[in-house]
Amino acid sequence: MTAAWVQAATGASGCARERRLKPPLQAKACSTLALAFAWGALMFGQRSTDGDIHILKVQGNVYMLVGAGGNITAQIGNSGVLLVNSGNGKMNEKVLAALRTVTDKPIHYIIDTSFDPELTGGNEGIARLGAPVVGGNLGNSNHGAAIVAAENVLTRMSAPAGQKAPTPEGAWPGVTFFEGDKEIFFNHEPVITMLTPNAHTDGDTIVFFRRSDVISTGEIFNTVSYPVINLEAGGNINGVIDGLNHVLDLAIPEHEQEGGTYIIPGHGRLCDEHDLVEYRDMVTIIRDRVQTAIKRGMTLDQIKAAGYTKEYDPRWGSKTGSWTTDMFIEAVYKSLKK
Amino acid sequence: MKVVRTLAWSPLLLLAVAALSGPAFGQADLSGTWLPQFTEDQPERIPGPDLVDYLGIPINDAARQWALSWDPDRLGLQEHQCQVHTAAYIYRGPLQLRIWEERDPQTQDVVAIRNYISTYEQNRTIWMDGRPHPSDYAAHTWMGFSTGKWEGNILTVYTTHIKQGWHRRNGIPSSDLITLTEHFIRHDNHLTHVSIVTDPIYLAEPLIKSQDYVLAGNSGGNWLWPCEYVDEVPGRPHSSVPSYMPGQNPFVTEFAAKYQIPVEATLGGPETMYPEFQQKLKDLKPPPRSKAAQAGGNR
Repeated sequence: MTAAWVQAATGASGCARERRLKPPLQAKACSTLALAFAWGALMFGQRSTDGDIHILKVQGNVYMLVGAGGNITAQIGNSGVLLVNSGNGKMNEKVLAALRTVTDKPIHYIIDTSFDPELTGGNEGIARLGAPVVGGNLGNSNHGAAIVAAENVLTRMSAPAGQKAPTPEGAWPGVTFFEGDKEIFFNHEPVITMLTPNAHTDGDTIVFFRRSDVISTGEIFNTVSYPVINLEAGGNINGVIDGLNHVLDLAIPEHEQEGGTYIIPGHGRLCDEHDLVEYRDMVTIIRDRVQTAIKRGMTLDQIKAAGYTKEYDPRWGSKTGSWTTDMFIEAVYKSLKK
Repeated sequence: MKVVRTLAWSPLLLLAVAALSGPAFGQADLSGTWLPQFTEDQPERIPGPDLVDYLGIPINDAARQWALSWDPDRLGLQEHQCQVHTAAYIYRGPLQLRIWEERDPQTQDVVAIRNYISTYEQNRTIWMDGRPHPSDYAAHTWMGFSTGKWEGNILTVYTTHIKQGWHRRNGIPSSDLITLTEHFIRHDNHLTHVSIVTDPIYLAEPLIKSQDYVLAGNSGGNWLWPCEYVDEVPGRPHSSVPSYMPGQNPFVTEFAAKYQIPVEATLGGPETMYPEFQQKLKDLKPPPRSKAAQAGGNR
């Protein structure tokens, strides 16, 4: 994706206009958000550009919506709709229209698997049209769906009092947690949101639909590029690998390493365990090579020139755009040097 | 004169061949249980290919590095133990292939041609009703999504949505973006299967293979083998993925030394498919037998 697009996106984040942040903090916040936007820009160029939302039945209660930036997972039943991520916000009307083709129930929950604008951009608009789960004295004074995420997602979408936040308040998660899992029972199904510490960022989660047997991975897994590691936002290659292995622990294939648990990646097509295994292998092998190279005293430039990702580049790499192979190698290197 | 006489006879010969070949000019019926013949490419298909035997496979540089970094130990990982040969490879191996038609009960049109492949208990459907292939966002499977059509007496099948696997089971990868075109050609009780694989990630040119089957008298040779993975190496870290660092595969010269072939040939690539490569081979020397790779090596 072009630098112009990234600049435009960065500008859209509000960072360029932010004046109240102290310079170092402002720079850090802007670069973190810029990478998040850039990731979205890259991904936009690699997937559905037909302007439509494609809805795919996965299994059980779960659907997958493609075309709104990051993938959206929808769990649908008599109790209503639960979304994992809300897309980039530019396609809200079409997202809602696609959902209305399979249900007329209200949206009660949005679970954000990270703070990326590609995943949370639709929060405000979609949540506003949703409905709280409880009413009466226990009702949410704010109408709309509950937004659930790790605490660090809220931290990165908001700002300390008196400072300008990078996203509007209506998009912020209002149900957050610091550690462990967040459990919800919805549509006759346990829905478990699990922290994936310091992976793509420091606020990643995966969501496991236990009865439907579907896992929504967020940004730690995709089928279109090397994993994006946002070092500025607390990401780390080892956290990505731990997260992938965690998903493998949860997934059980039905027959001969196929089917069974289905996996919805942050971007790209529907997967099962084998797809994620090959991705895990690839990321682990590259991590191990860079680790070995560091032990041998090789510099970052030497590692980049060594061709350690040569066999994976045609499928996952990029020489241009906002998340290049060199950037990925650098992120791995810096993760391991920490 | 001899040439003229032969030409004069040729239409009659053609008719005779057609008559003896059964439904040669119409849609054949492939139904039945078929057994592969292994007189062709037996070393690859039964005992299995040697490590670093990429001869005649049109791989690109990326595939070569993938294959050379592949450690067979990886098959011991739980998640790889039950890995199936993809539709682009499975017809090469030991299997019993049962084929039958599924017909619309009202029209008796053929809706699908089904395959049961005994190896790994794979069921494959070749849709014959003109339905489209799934969207790009749909899941991939070992057998992929197949549609077929008759071209004379040849069943031509096109398959997409195949999982990542291997072009050869010694580490040559096949990507999840391959497409597969197949021709099933029946000659009485003999079936020829031709596969043409294109892989935008790992092949420089299409990989074309053929194998032959004979009609079997019974269908009792199935593998009833639901694979169950186990922890084969107790204590191995969960995140361990066996592989070799680039340039450090200890077996690179083993196959070449064993059969006295230049290493350059064993590493494959499109040029190794063509007769002209024999000229190049004249200038290359095989590694000495005494330098055959030792077991073990750096990982």
